[in-house]
Amino acid sequence: MAELGAPPNVPKLRRRSLRAVRSLFSPLLPDDYLELINPLWSTRELRGRIERIDQETPEAATVLIRPGFEWSGHRPGQYLRIGVVVDGVHHWRAYSLTSEPGRPDGCISITPKLVEAGKVSPYLVRAARPGDVVRLGGVEGTFVLPEPLPPKLLFISAGSGITPIMSMLRSLHRDGTLDDAVHLHSARSTEGVIFADLLRRLEEAHQGYRLHLRLTGEQGRLAPDDLDRLCPDWRDRHTFLSGPAEMLDAMSARWERDGDSELLHMERFQPVIGGEPGEGEGGTVRFLKSGVEARCESGTPILAGGEEAGATLPFGCRMGICHTCVGRLCKGEVRDLRTGKVHGSEGEMVRTCVNAPEGPIEIAL
Amino acid sequence: MNATTAEVESPLAHLSPQQLEELASELDEIRDRTFADLGERDRRYIESMIAMQRRLAVMGRVLLLGARYRPAKIAGTAALSMAKILENMEIGHNVLHGQWDWMNDPQINSSTWDWDTASTAEAWKHSHNYVHHTFTNILGKDKDLGYEIMRIDPQQKWHPVYLAQPVYNLLLAAFFEWGVAVHDLDFEAIRTGRKSKKQIKRELAGIREKAKNQVVKDYIAWPLLSGLAMAALDIGLEARGGRRRRGGVAGALKRALRGGGRSYRAAASANASANVVRNVWAYAIIFCGHFPDQTHTFTPEEVEDESRGGWYVRQLTGAANIEGSPIFHVASGNLGYQVEHHLFPDLPSTRYAEIAPQVKQVCERYGLPYNSGPFSQQLGMVQRTILRLAFPGGEARPKPDPYRGEDHPAL
Repeated sequence: MAELGAPPNVPKLRRRSLRAVRSLFSPLLPDDYLELINPLWSTRELRGRIERIDQETPEAATVLIRPGFEWSGHRPGQYLRIGVVVDGVHHWRAYSLTSEPGRPDGCISITPKLVEAGKVSPYLVRAARPGDVVRLGGVEGTFVLPEPLPPKLLFISAGSGITPIMSMLRSLHRDGTLDDAVHLHSARSTEGVIFADLLRRLEEAHQGYRLHLRLTGEQGRLAPDDLDRLCPDWRDRHTFLSGPAEMLDAMSARWERDGDSELLHMERFQPVIGGEPGEGEGGTVRFLKSGVEARCESGTPILAGGEEAGATLPFGCRMGICHTCVGRLCKGEVRDLRTGKVHGSEGEMVRTCVNAPEGPIEIAL
Repeated sequence: MNATTAEVESPLAHLSPQQLEELASELDEIRDRTFADLGERDRRYIESMIAMQRRLAVMGRVLLLGARYRPAKIAGTAALSMAKILENMEIGHNVLHGQWDWMNDPQINSSTWDWDTASTAEAWKHSHNYVHHTFTNILGKDKDLGYEIMRIDPQQKWHPVYLAQPVYNLLLAAFFEWGVAVHDLDFEAIRTGRKSKKQIKRELAGIREKAKNQVVKDYIAWPLLSGLAMAALDIGLEARGGRRRRGGVAGALKRALRGGGRSYRAAASANASANVVRNVWAYAIIFCGHFPDQTHTFTPEEVEDESRGGWYVRQLTGAANIEGSPIFHVASGNLGYQVEHHLFPDLPSTRYAEIAPQVKQVCERYGLPYNSGPFSQQLGMVQRTILRLAFPGGEARPKPDPYRGEDHPAL
């Protein structure tokens, strides 16, 4: 079954009265008719209406969304699964929330950056218009500010890795607790700095917030060795690291060597799954329900291989989060492309988006 | 023509394995091309179709609150009948085929859809999508060939019970959804013990649940609402009119109760009519899909070791189209394109009209018939067959010649 939005916070009375009149609408629900008037009234899944779209840079835009029911809240740094329709097909992606929890207007925001070859980001950054309705899935993620708040913070971000940190900064700003934070942010060029204005305003408003902006196009990438110069007490700070995989790997190695890894919090914001040959041997997949046979080269997920071969398969996040794509493994073994681990026994439910066949397999899809 | 079925030449006879392979790849190509082209326009179609159907249903239900007034009853029954027809055919049947699964929509999806009929979605998907669409027109294997209660092909053995078939044919038309629900149980599987007791119990519980929901909705809840609304209207009118009538408050209540009761009965009978209209229409369209004279049937021996090309030819010649206007095609769930539907059961119905010319070309090139005819002709043939085969004997009807294109009508 295809992925559905999160269950909304429907007032009890409303839920009860809808249930009371259910038999008038069987086999549908009163919802199915109410949605004709306003799609946000669905009590089956949370939806939201796009209120405003602000272009942050030529490639990134902040999308302000008003949820149909009261927002259940999130912790700064968490991400949201969002479902949009592109060319007739529903797609789901996860984006960090860039708004702080409890905004007075009840809205939430995400700030996607354009991925040219992608499906969802071109829609959100270029095609979406205020008034469009999107589906809102669950809020997830452990990359969040600890409670109680540590006294000294260090944020290291690069590119669109700033998005979860923006929610943290906004929340600290609102609570008046942005007292001692160093922020090392990298972007390729001046016009590519997402939230440039906001960051400058934060700097003006809080003495305790020190921003070091690095333009990697001119100054080169931030290296772990720069830490001692830019933030000499980095070892004492709770550090929040968000950016591309190479930066995360380089920095975390430094923490392991010279610092306290306990204090390092990381967000891998672009999980790279599949597409890299060399991992595992690949194999053939027989899709039992559709009768399609596919060949997956090394590193190609079952889902991608099946689609290539013409099978219509359920899919959601394509990153191993939502379990929409699961199928029962009937024969063979699979390799989890995130960990490289080979697993699988008959009857196991496997996520086709992050697993590749390891030799010939059969799956009930 | 004096051929018995055994003498009807198989449509496959003149095709070599090589030709069948080419035919399969040509049809596969039509399918792939159409699937690759699906997009926003298709989604907009099905979403607005569903929205329109639901608005029509609401309109019918609201009109039928006043079912005791004749014009409201007629208009309401018409709207509700049409809503039920669209819900079953253009929407339900096609969604359950997975025609819209490519949208990845959580609701418009064969795995989550349920429809307003006596069959559970699960049982239907098995008996129709799998059994009927796989073993189409194979004698003894396609349970939809006469639905196990009718003799629709002369090769089926005659039995005295078929003498009653003209009568239960009419009953089946009126109560088609119930016939289909019971048929889904698959009596043969039960008799031969292929189906476990537990499975039978589960399926019966499913039908019971569907039946209960339909009875509660169409014969209790909505009529009750109509009765209450009209009783309230009567009381309101009487109070506003200020006219003193016999019996005081008690008398007024009694009159309101009587008026309400009349509305209840009127609404219930209107809902029953809508269900029967939907049933008869579905019956007519579905019987015209496989039982007109033009269609070929196959013995299990004929289809042994069938290739993909052979499968396509069986689908192509086992089905028959109905010619009609665009509105006719929507109201029949595009099953007037039965041939295209059988070739590509999970292709969105809206695309059938579009690919029909390409399918005809394939027929022309491979010397295959393209079965088609006007609604009245097809339905007439079906009824003639049902009447004739109620009695022993009977011969296969002559089959159409290979399709020769629009410019060269068959001689």
